[in-house]
Amino acid sequence: MNLLSLFSKKDKSASVAKNRLQILLAHERTGSGPDAMLVSRLREDILEVIKKHIEIDPEAVKIEMDRDEEVTTLGIDIELPVKASEQA
Amino acid sequence: MTDGKVIVVTSGKGGVGKTTSTAAIASALAKDGERVCAIDFDVGLRNLDLIMGAERRVVFDLVNVVRGEASIKQALVRDKKLDSLFLLPASQTRDKDALTEEGVSSVINELKMSFDWIICDSPAGIERGATLAMRYADAAIVVSNPEVSSVRDCDRIIGLLDAKTIVAENGGRMPKHLLVTRFDTERAKTGEMLAIDDMVDILSIPLLGVVPESKDVLKASNVGSPITIANENSAPARAYMEAVRRLRGEDIPVTIPEDRKGIFGKLFRGRAA
Ligand SMILES: Nc1ncnc2c1ncn2[C@@H]1O[C@H](COP(=O)(O)OP(=O)(O)OP(=O)(O)O)[C@@H](O)[C@H]1O
Ligand SMILES: [Mg+2]
Repeated sequence: MNLLSLFSKKDKSASVAKNRLQILLAHERTGSGPDAMLVSRLREDILEVIKKHIEIDPEAVKIEMDRDEEVTTLGIDIELPVKASEQA
Repeated sequence: MTDGKVIVVTSGKGGVGKTTSTAAIASALAKDGERVCAIDFDVGLRNLDLIMGAERRVVFDLVNVVRGEASIKQALVRDKKLDSLFLLPASQTRDKDALTEEGVSSVINELKMSFDWIICDSPAGIERGATLAMRYADAAIVVSNPEVSSVRDCDRIIGLLDAKTIVAENGGRMPKHLLVTRFDTERAKTGEMLAIDDMVDILSIPLLGVVPESKDVLKASNVGSPITIANENSAPARAYMEAVRRLRGEDIPVTIPEDRKGIFGKLFRGRAA
């Protein structure tokens, strides 16, 4: 956001809406299949790596995706069992 | 182990404010510290993700879960601001039979174990999507605008709630609450709009709240933040927060929104026009 837009009378929320829609529609036109596939496969692999070191509930690994204009970020959330570090 | 309460937000008629209300109510509950999961049942026309500002983070959806392609935990999208708020998005598939009764039942049963509230955003209409959204509910929020066709459709929905839900099939009574939205304070004064009392009279279900028509709702949806979070002092947010208190069992009178601008508002409007 630039300084000018702060002073413009036009409702800023409308331009936020436009930006959000552009990102969303660009993604929806390609379908959500590829993202779901990537997340599923990465999760499987990450689980395998973790299992080499500790026993873990498969549901304890979750991947979160956040798509932006230029970059998409992945967050990997791993809930370690208590005393996981001792097991290793 | 919690035993979450399942609420369906339904209306029959389209565009009356179900999705707006689902997002506002779910967020208000989560802000009070409740663990809340909002489910979008509008298969093919997913929208709750946009209103909650979660659209960039959706990977899996309700249909993936029902088909066993993802677990519930993997499909839930966590809210960015409220830790105890989650969204289970609708699928964008065109296959209207993608949801099965058994599938939905098992998803809801599992969610009940970890959430205090499960708020189901129903699609418009009286077809399969709408009946599935209400099927496992413990209570219903019936959304209506103050106009004749909306009230008529609510009456049909009330009929379905009393016939096609598990509660009803087991001989129980489905608790129903009327939420009037897009209430126009000016037209209420001139008598162009149905009066709240008359709506309650005709539908004979108790009033949960009256949400005024407001530009703040549009702004909130533009930025992807439910009105009860985006602008908690706005008139519609206050109406939703009051409705939530009543939903939680508080016995408080319903505030009917008034035109606060009074004579000054009129003067200014005269000048601007
Ligand atoms: N209190 C309000 N004031 C102003 N606009 C509102 C209000 N409530 C809802 N709206 C607007 O009405 C439109 C429809 O709202 P919404 O999508 O919540 O309805 P819906 O019942 O979920 O629709 P559908 O049947 O298509 O799912 C949206 O543009 C929304 O911003
Ligand atoms: Mg909707």
